[in-house]
Amino acid sequence: MNILIYAEQQEGQLKKSALEAVSFAVQTWSGQGVQDFIVCLGGRVSEEEAASLGNYGATRVLMPQDHALDSFEPHVHARVLLDTLQQTGAQFLVMAHTYAGKSLAPRLAVSWSATLAAGVNHPPQIHDDGTWSVQRTVYSNKGLATYTVAGERRILTFTPNALKPLVQGAPCPVEPLSTIMATGAERTRPLEVQKVQGKIPLTEAERVVSGGRGLKGPENWHLLEGLAEVCGAATACSKPVSDMHWRSHDEHVGQTGITIKPDLYIAVGISGAIQHLAGVSSSKTIVAINTDPEAPFFKVADFGVVGDAMEVLPRLTDAIRRSLAS
Amino acid sequence: MNILVCLSQVPDTTTKIVFSSDNKSLNKTGVQYIINPYDELALTKALELNEATGGGSVTVIHVGGADAEPVLRKALAIGADEAVRVDAEPLDSRQVAAELSAWIQEHTYDLVLAGRESIDYNSGLVGGMLSQYLDWPLVNIATSIDTSANAGTLVVCRDIDGGREKLEVNLPAVITCQKELTEPRIPNMRGIMAARSKPLKVVQAQGHPADLNLLTHALPPARQACRYFEADQMDALVEALRQQAKVL
Repeated sequence: MNILIYAEQQEGQLKKSALEAVSFAVQTWSGQGVQDFIVCLGGRVSEEEAASLGNYGATRVLMPQDHALDSFEPHVHARVLLDTLQQTGAQFLVMAHTYAGKSLAPRLAVSWSATLAAGVNHPPQIHDDGTWSVQRTVYSNKGLATYTVAGERRILTFTPNALKPLVQGAPCPVEPLSTIMATGAERTRPLEVQKVQGKIPLTEAERVVSGGRGLKGPENWHLLEGLAEVCGAATACSKPVSDMHWRSHDEHVGQTGITIKPDLYIAVGISGAIQHLAGVSSSKTIVAINTDPEAPFFKVADFGVVGDAMEVLPRLTDAIRRSLAS
Repeated sequence: MNILVCLSQVPDTTTKIVFSSDNKSLNKTGVQYIINPYDELALTKALELNEATGGGSVTVIHVGGADAEPVLRKALAIGADEAVRVDAEPLDSRQVAAELSAWIQEHTYDLVLAGRESIDYNSGLVGGMLSQYLDWPLVNIATSIDTSANAGTLVVCRDIDGGREKLEVNLPAVITCQKELTEPRIPNMRGIMAARSKPLKVVQAQGHPADLNLLTHALPPARQACRYFEADQMDALVEALRQQAKVL
């Protein structure tokens, strides 16, 4: 049996989700009679970086020799993946439930006639008859659902940060990926790309510092950014904050924003409306800072500080800086 | 343009989730259903696009039971010209996408809009699956949709990992809608009156099988009680984050 893993790159660098995807597949299926953990790269990286996926258990890496996959056109990537699935005889396809995965997996579920288990929280439980049980969050994190997955061909997408990549091998061979299926398929034309520079992408972040109305205005956000900087965190915000245009909507976490599950979530001046909690309650550790001791956030927080953000934030930032320096 | 907007109904965002005694479904007692917020943006955008070009029609479609008819009427009140309900009780995204595809292939649309995901099952798969069934281009998670100088295309911005991309897409296409695209419209009295006489068609489902078999639902595990710190105890909080929680 072979497993194909789709690994994302951005500007010639492997993304964190690429390492997670390889680790997810290897940790789930090693010892299950898998001959080949084949990686299909969604663009070019250095030969050395491609080979390094072997460190996480990949047996070979297929890398495009041209720039056919550099721009992310879902139907082009999906056609190359379909071709690769057929050529390698893979039975399962594994990828992260990122923006790219959300576009590719449903297309392939149809074109490859495969069963799709999307947005899975943990490695599946594999039963004796070969079926899987998978768990995913539903109702925007307010509930969990467990499904049985069967079928000859299956696709699994997992939520980012679902597991820690584990080094357990040595660099592996890098082979050319056929991108012949990519030519002539373009039905969209990229006009312009705006990259968010120097910021940790929210969905990938292990630590997130988030602000609400308690910060009183966008002019106070430097306090939050200062805290984010010392702990290597991404910044986020509540819905009212993005609705009032204090921060851009792509920072809005919650039921109608981005759902995240970082190791550490620090909520500053956010009361904890049910819609907000839905988007963040899967975080491993939650710290709530709020002036109102009755704020609902304290009911889900592991650690709480009742106090004014303006006073608490500089103190917390300073305490972390001193602790990490010592 | 002739635009089809795919709608689903979801529990209101303030709903406290409680499952049925066998854990197979949501306990619907007291649950208020609304148009999925992302689908509502798709509907508003469809109306805006046709208002800007001064022509075309907007059809809303839902795959589900008769209990969804109030939200379809609401969509008509907001401004859709007609509504279609494919009579089925779908169990997963594939069933929904296959039913939508069957309808679209028998009709003529320039554009299909849908929300980026429903806020109940959150899979975000219907748009992608549908685009493949139809063999149309897909722009997933769009934050703006505008008419283009080139005929037969639209200019769309979409969220990508770590940024945003502006692109031109050939029609017909499937586009899924993200926040920021537009603001939802509130139906006015005239719209509500007009909605009563607009067509709401019910069509037979094709009966496509589901992919997934639901075993059970559960509520997320309860969290530990909160441990409080005073504003002058930040060193102790940092110590707890580093030594106890090991997240710093």
